[in-house]
Parts: sequence; structure tokens; C-alpha cells
Amino acid sequence: MSATAVHSLWTTAATAADPIAKIDAPKIEYGQLSPVLIVIGAAIVGILVEAFVPRRSRYYAQMFVSAVALIAAFAAVVALAARGYGTTKAGITAMGAVAVDGPALFLQGTILLTSLVGLFTFAERRLDPEQHGNRVDSFAAQAAAVPGSESEQKAVKAGFTTTEVFPLLLFAVVGMLVFPAANDLLTLFVALEVFSLPLYLLCALARRKRLMSQEAAVKYFLLGAFASAFTLFGIALLYGYAGSMSYGTIAQVVDGTVQNVTPALANTMGNDALLLVGSALIVMGLLFKVGAVPFHMWTPDVYQGAPTPVTGFMAAATKVAAFGALLRILYVVLPGLRWDWRPVMWGVAIVTMLAGAIVAITQTDIKRLLAYSSIAHAGFILAGVIATTPEGISSVLFYLAAYSFVTIGAFAVVTLVRDAGGEATHLSKWAGLGRRSPLVAAVFAVFLLAFAGIPLTSGFSGKFAVFKAAAEGGAAPLVVIGVISSAIAAFFYIRVIVLMFFSEPRPEGPTVAVPSPLTMTAIAVGVAVTVVLGVAPQYFLDLAGQAGVFVR
Amino acid sequence: MSFPLLTVTAALPAVGAIATAAVPAARRTAAKWLALLVSLATLALAITVLVRFDPDGDRYQLTESHAWIADFGVRYELGVDGIAVALIALTALLIPFIILAGWHDADPLETGSSRWRPTQGFFALILAVEAMVIISFEATDVFLFYIFFEAMLIPLYFLIGGFGDRAHEHGEKTAATQRSYAAVKFLLYNLAGGLIMLAAVIGLYVVAGNFSLTEIAEARANGSLDMATSTERWLFLGFFFAFAVKAPLFPLHTWLPNAMGESTAPVAVLITAVVDKVGTFAMLRFCLQLFPEASKWATPVILVLAVISIIYGALLAVGQRDIKRLIAYASISHFGFIIMGIFAMTSQGQSGATLYMVNHGISTAVLMLIAGFLISRRGSRLIADFGGVQKVAPILAGTFLIGGLATLSLPGLAPFVSEFLVLVGTFTRYPVIGIIATLGIVLAALYTLVLYQRTMTGPVKAEVNGMPDLRVRELVVVAPLVALLIFLGVFPKPVTDIVNPAVEQTMSDVHKTDPQPEVEAAK
Repeated sequence: MSATAVHSLWTTAATAADPIAKIDAPKIEYGQLSPVLIVIGAAIVGILVEAFVPRRSRYYAQMFVSAVALIAAFAAVVALAARGYGTTKAGITAMGAVAVDGPALFLQGTILLTSLVGLFTFAERRLDPEQHGNRVDSFAAQAAAVPGSESEQKAVKAGFTTTEVFPLLLFAVVGMLVFPAANDLLTLFVALEVFSLPLYLLCALARRKRLMSQEAAVKYFLLGAFASAFTLFGIALLYGYAGSMSYGTIAQVVDGTVQNVTPALANTMGNDALLLVGSALIVMGLLFKVGAVPFHMWTPDVYQGAPTPVTGFMAAATKVAAFGALLRILYVVLPGLRWDWRPVMWGVAIVTMLAGAIVAITQTDIKRLLAYSSIAHAGFILAGVIATTPEGISSVLFYLAAYSFVTIGAFAVVTLVRDAGGEATHLSKWAGLGRRSPLVAAVFAVFLLAFAGIPLTSGFSGKFAVFKAAAEGGAAPLVVIGVISSAIAAFFYIRVIVLMFFSEPRPEGPTVAVPSPLTMTAIAVGVAVTVVLGVAPQYFLDLAGQAGVFVR
Repeated sequence: MSFPLLTVTAALPAVGAIATAAVPAARRTAAKWLALLVSLATLALAITVLVRFDPDGDRYQLTESHAWIADFGVRYELGVDGIAVALIALTALLIPFIILAGWHDADPLETGSSRWRPTQGFFALILAVEAMVIISFEATDVFLFYIFFEAMLIPLYFLIGGFGDRAHEHGEKTAATQRSYAAVKFLLYNLAGGLIMLAAVIGLYVVAGNFSLTEIAEARANGSLDMATSTERWLFLGFFFAFAVKAPLFPLHTWLPNAMGESTAPVAVLITAVVDKVGTFAMLRFCLQLFPEASKWATPVILVLAVISIIYGALLAVGQRDIKRLIAYASISHFGFIIMGIFAMTSQGQSGATLYMVNHGISTAVLMLIAGFLISRRGSRLIADFGGVQKVAPILAGTFLIGGLATLSLPGLAPFVSEFLVLVGTFTRYPVIGIIATLGIVLAALYTLVLYQRTMTGPVKAEVNGMPDLRVRELVVVAPLVALLIFLGVFPKPVTDIVNPAVEQTMSDVHKTDPQPEVEAAK
């Protein structure tokens, strides 16, 4: 039953003798939605834990609940994929609200795994020195306490920690799981808000440099609210255009193959102005989440100000979810409008690749540098999006999986390099790191080389897949520009490597904290995925290739 | 399944690199010996390849083929022709000498942090480069080649940036800055070349649908794979650009003097004698085979650039005040000869060019390694700081002279044969180019003899006085290479026998036959 049918409830209700009897109970395929439901359930349990479990044991309880939920949800995704819900049995569930198909399952799996790795960095408690006998993590002792106030000092002394971050993380994951699977515009919007709001909060929760963190959160929130408003407005216009929220119906209206016209909307239906403006606004909102130029302004500030584990999680998982949603909108809803959106996306991709790479050169803060690098990568991924072929979809899926693990690993390394003021993110402090801690520097160098797309790393396989798809899709100039901006981008990745290995260490330079097995696992997973996807990507390419078809 | 000899030849140094890197910090000497043994074992394998290779057999021999990344149409395909065999042998031959010459180059200056292990790193990186160079010579899959062509930049980058001469005339701080500048310049030039090639590699896939060199070349030859003229030219340019940076060809050569000047002498040899050969080799193997028509189309421009390289490199070499940079510019001049030989499209020119790659590797190694020994004794690279060395260190001066004479292609030494072949090969088709290039030989005599005269002859300078002659380790490095120079100068047949059939094949790929001598044509 599609959203058109839901809508027709209201039009038929007026004439029917017994309206109540006409309403069917909605049919929900709980099994197919199980990954989302598991994580929602765990997030609610997390809130209950926060309310009822004594403070001492909350951390362990939350860790346990979150990890189990993410693993169980991932198992559910794998089970669904194994039963063929990604290929032959792909379909639309929950009354047309959610699609369960290859891209959705692939992206949900990626999001769940990166979230699990992200959870490990969230839970790290060995990096900061113990405060008043309590191990602390990267998050504020008490979020409600004003920075520098007495109550904050009290909270620190009492050794409080913000275990609320775990349920917040899970809620964000819920939104991200639904976002690329959403099959009607309202579900899309709800998912957008469900994952955005916890992220705004998480950004504000840094233990150190709290003002900067709060500033980042406010910026992210304000700009994010604007982007959401744009999206919502676009949704309204598209509804006016098609008379339906459902992706499939809108696509039919765009194609001109629509079956039944809604009488109430007959005046506006098929009005191309509504279609063009509406879809532009929706795509704009999604490009904001992706961090594409010219909607990228928030990225460097937010990446820099947010607690680094949050930055890593956000950079990896948000990008996966947002690109998933963007792909679905462009490939399912607007394929009929291809000739209109392709030139625009060409422009966006070119500007994003070049601007990200060029501006990154001048950065002096490692987190800002990685932020601009993520913008450049968004441009590379957009090149694959533009291909409008099944290869384009699967190359984007593969790139997202490869990129997210590199990102989360790189930010995990950033949390290790510390001085008295917390993380030492200024680049000058990284000088000579390779002499002091060769292993950490070597690992970070691996991540940087993967970002730069050097062969035998996942970054190269991903870039090759995307550029190949783009070239086959007739976007050869885009490939050339992509290659040029890769060369520009290589410059600043290499600069960091130069700094780490060839510069003399500073006497007052930072130390490298020895992390708990949690962060070590996160980094090890990052390195392993980077190398495996670089040397033997075939299995994962197959996986992405099988997942390359959207259901409609 | 037969024994995967080629894989093992490339994998052995790679495994050796990991093992060397893993040697504990205190056991420095053990790491050196391990690296040396691995490189000798690799040489043994390379000789086995040489012996098992049948010059009159199939074009590609000892082939291996396995599925790798089916989605990208990539297979793990190895195979060697005569040209590759010769260059693999050269690589495997030079690496033990490079390791031996750099025996003390990476000893830590003072007891620093115990976790910092420069010595292990130095030798591991050299072996890693060897592994990647060998596999690039073996790869008959364009993608496989590309991966290692690019990946070898990383260990080289660390070799250039991380290890420099012990003493530097401008002090350690300037030295470190210049080193890191040289390393970054090297990397950016080559990475830019590589990325442009990547675009062409992708383009090739879009056109051909796979990456197998043999399949594509065959399809090109029998006409089943048709490329639009403009497509072929763009793809050719993408490939050629990367190889011209690596080779290096004027005007893309400027990274080489920095890289060779700032790195230690063994690393400089590694760059110019081993790694740069991948560039010229790839022109022969990929540019000519995959894009024969475009190669012919580009020939005039490339020949002109090659001649500019020859003359300009030699002129700049004459003007250098720094021994290592002088050798670097001399190498640029020699690479001009190699590229000219390749694109003259005659069989003499191409076998001369292949022979030139081998001979240039050996002669530059002799000259550069002895220069390195000299520089480490004096603590300066400036020509003006030397004088009268032949009186205090006659063996050093004598072998240096032989290396220098080899560089200026004195008859009786190996490079003469190849340079002669290249000039003859060019002259038969492009007489004007051939004549101009001959000027390069005159200039070569100038820069080598002036270098020798200023450093070795004349009154003994105060700082040079008491300079020790070559030590046993250094003699072990120099003597076999000098012997080889003389042997191949008198009797080049073993190399030409291996190379010639492969060259004939390449010539037929580009549908070129040697021009008939004028006399016969007149009849």
C-alpha cells in the first residue's frame, strides 16, 4: 500500500458508510525492519539504563547494550542479505515507507560496522589522565554545567561522565539506518532529523575546549536546521507536484506514466516548476549533509570543534547515510529528470573536488585538514553518483565502505596525540612524530596514503572504481579533473607525512597516549580494512556489485 | 602448475624487506647482513630467470596468470621478454652493490631513542624498491604494472627524505630542509605523472575492457580493437607523460638533480640506475605496443625533446659545482639518448637503447658510488673542495676515471657499444637529429674530464691530504662493476642476443621496418 493509498483514505472516507471499518491495520514486516528495530530498542534500553542503573555501573551497562545491539543489528542485516532480500526478494516494506534492497542493506551494514568501531572510540577512557581517581572519556563531565562554572568543577571532582552519549549514538545510528532506506519523503525527513539531532548534541559534549565544541554544535545546528527546512520545503513542493510522498509514485509522475490523478491536486500536479524547485531543495539538503561545495561551510568548524570520536563517527557514518539517500533520490525518484540534474551535479562535483583539495593545502590543524579532505572525497564520490549506471551505484557503495573505515581510523589516531591541553591537533605539534612513536606515525601514514589514493590501499581501489564508472558513464572530463585534484590533494597528505618523519621533534612536543584495547581495535580494524580492500578488493566489489540495484 | 619463478623473484626481496624491518634495534649489523643475503639470493633467482629464458622462444616466457580483481578486468599476469630479462638482471645485480656501498650510510649518529631504527628501515626500503621494480618489469597486465609503478614512489620517497649524506657543506639543518624539499619534489612530479596515467589507464579500460597487455596488443594488431585516432593519442599521451617524468625527459626532469643531489650515493644509484629504467622500459613495452600509431605520430616531438635532453643535460652538467648534481645532469643527457633510441624506430636504435639502459646502470653506479666514497671522506660535495686526490688515493682516482670514461662512452667500455648503436639507429632514419645528438658526446667528454681534472689532479689540497684509499668493502663494490664494464665493452653479445628478438617484436608492433641503406635504394 503506497502513500497515495494512505492519502486516498481521506478522500474515500467522506463517501463511505462506515469509515472506521475501511481502515486496515498497517502491515509491518518486522523481520525486514529488524536491524532498525533492534537499534531503536537498544537506544530506549539505554535511556532506561541512564535512569535506573547506579552511576558506577552505567558505563559498562551502556557499553554492553550498545555493542550487543550493533552486532545483533549487523547480524540481522547479514541474515536478510543471505536470504536474498538484497537481490531477488528486494521490496518495499512498512506500507511503502522503507525499501529493503541491495543498496539499503549494504549501506546499513557499513553504517553498523563503522558505528561499532566508532563506539569503541567513544568508550575510550585511558587517554586523559585520571581525574580525582576516575577514568574519564572525551566527553564533558556534565553537559548541563556552564563551562568554567563552579558546577562544572563539582562535576569534574565528583568524576561524572556523560554516559548519555551511548544512547545518543544509537539514536543517530537509527536515523542513519533508515535514511538510505527511506522510500517516501516523510520517512526521509524523519530519519534526517532522528540522526541529526543526536549529532548536534554530541558535537557540544567535548570535555576539553568546551566553548569551541559548543560553538561547533551551534553552527552545525543552525546550518543543519536551515538545510532541514530547505529539504522540508522541497518535500512540500514535490508533494504538490506529484500528489504523493512515495518515491515510486513521484517517479511515475515525472515519467508521465502515473495511473490515477488525485482530483484535489489536479491544478498543480505535473507543474514542472514545482518539480524542479522541489527536487533542487531536497538535493540541496542532502548535499549539505554530504558536505559538498557550496554547502560545505560547516564541515571544518564542526569537525574541528566536536569531540574527536564524534568527528570520526560523523565523518564516516553520516557520509554513508547521506550518500545512500542521495543515490536513492536521484536514481529512484528523479531518473526521469536526469538531463536536468546531471549538469548541476557535474558542476557541484567539480567545485567540490577542486575546492576541497585546494583549500586543504593551507590548513594548519589536522582536524580541519581532514575536514577539507572529506569535502574533496565527497566530490570524488559525486563523480560516481553522476555515472547513472549500476556500476556507478556499486562503485559509490564500495567507495563509501572503504572511505568510512579509513576516516574513523584516522580520527582515532588523532585522539592519541596529546599534550597538556588535550589533543594536540595543530600540525606543527606533529613534527617529528615518526621519530618518537614510529608505529603510530606509520599507521597514520597508511591512512593518509589511502586518502591520497596510493595503490595497494583501499583509497586507490575506491577511487579507481568510481572513476572507472564515471568514465564509462561518459564523464571523462570529470575523471580528468578528479585526477588533477587527487594530485593537488596528495600534496597536503604528503606534507603531513613529511612533517611526521622528516622534521625534528620539538622538545615540548606532544606525547602519544597508550590507549586501551578499544581504540587499538578501532585503529587495527581501520588499517586491516584499508589494506584488505587495497590488495584483494574483489570479494567486496562483488558484494557492492550485487547490491547495485535499487527497488522501486 | 609450474614453479612461479617470476613471482618468487619479486616476492623474495619483499619478504626480505619485512624481515629486515623487523630486526630488533640493537642488532643493526644483523639487519645489514640479512638484507645483503636476500639481495644475493634475489640475484641468484634473476640469473635463473636469465638462464631459463630462451631468446628464440615465445615472446613472453615464464608466464603466470591468475584471477585477481575481476570487476576491474585485472589479472595477476607476469611474463618476461628479452628486454625485461636484461633489466631484471641489471636490477638484481646492482642491489647487492648498493647495499654494500651504503653499509654505514644509515648508522644512527648518536644513541637516540631505542625505538627509532633507521638502519633497518634503510635496508628494508631498498629491498622494497627492488621488489616493486622487478614486478613492474615482469607485469604484463597494465593495471598490475601501474600499481607497482606508483607504489614504488613511497619507499623511494622515504629513502630520499630520510637519509642524506653524513656531512653537508651547509650544516645539518639546511641539509634536512633540502632533503625534504627534494623528496617532496620527487614525489609530486612522479605522483602527478602517475595520476595522469591513471586517467589514461581508466580510459584504456573503457576502450578495451581489460588490462591484459598481450590481449590488447593482439586485438590492436589484428584490428578487432579499433581506437579512434584522437582517443589513441590522448591515451598515449597519458601513459607517455608518466614515463617521461620517471625517465626523466626534458622538460620534466627537474626533480632528478634534487633527488640525486640530496640522497646518499647508493640511493642516487638506485634512483637513476634502477628505478628510472622502469620509465624507459615502459615506453618500449606499453607505449609502443598499445598505441603504435600514436607513437609514430608523436615521434618527431619526442625526438626533439630527447635531443634537447641530451644537449641541455650535458651543458648543465658542465656548469655544475656539485659532484652529485653533475652526475645527475649527465644521466639526464643519457636518458635522452635512450629515449631517442627507442623512438628512432629502428632495430639498431631500440636494441641500442635497451643495451644503453643496462650499460648506463652499471657505469653510473661505478661513477656515483665512487663519488659517494669520495664525498664521505671529505664531507663535501663541492668540486672546488677537492684537488690532487689521485696522489693520495690512486685506486679511488683510477676507478673513478674508468667510470668517467665509461660515461663519456670511450670505445672499449660498455656504454660505447650502446651509444654507437643508438646513434647509428637514429641516423639511418633521422640524420639531422643524429648529428645534433653526437654533440652530446663531445660535451660528455668535457664534463667528465673537467670533473676528473678538478678533483683528482693538481696540487693536493690540505683537507684532501691523508685521505684513505678505497677500503676492502669499497673495492668489493667497485671491482666487479668495473670488470663488467670492460667485459661488456669488448663482448656485448650475451646481452644483445637476449635483447634483439624482443626488439624485433616491438618493431613489428609499430609496423616499422629498418630503412634500407641508401646505396641499395639507388640501384
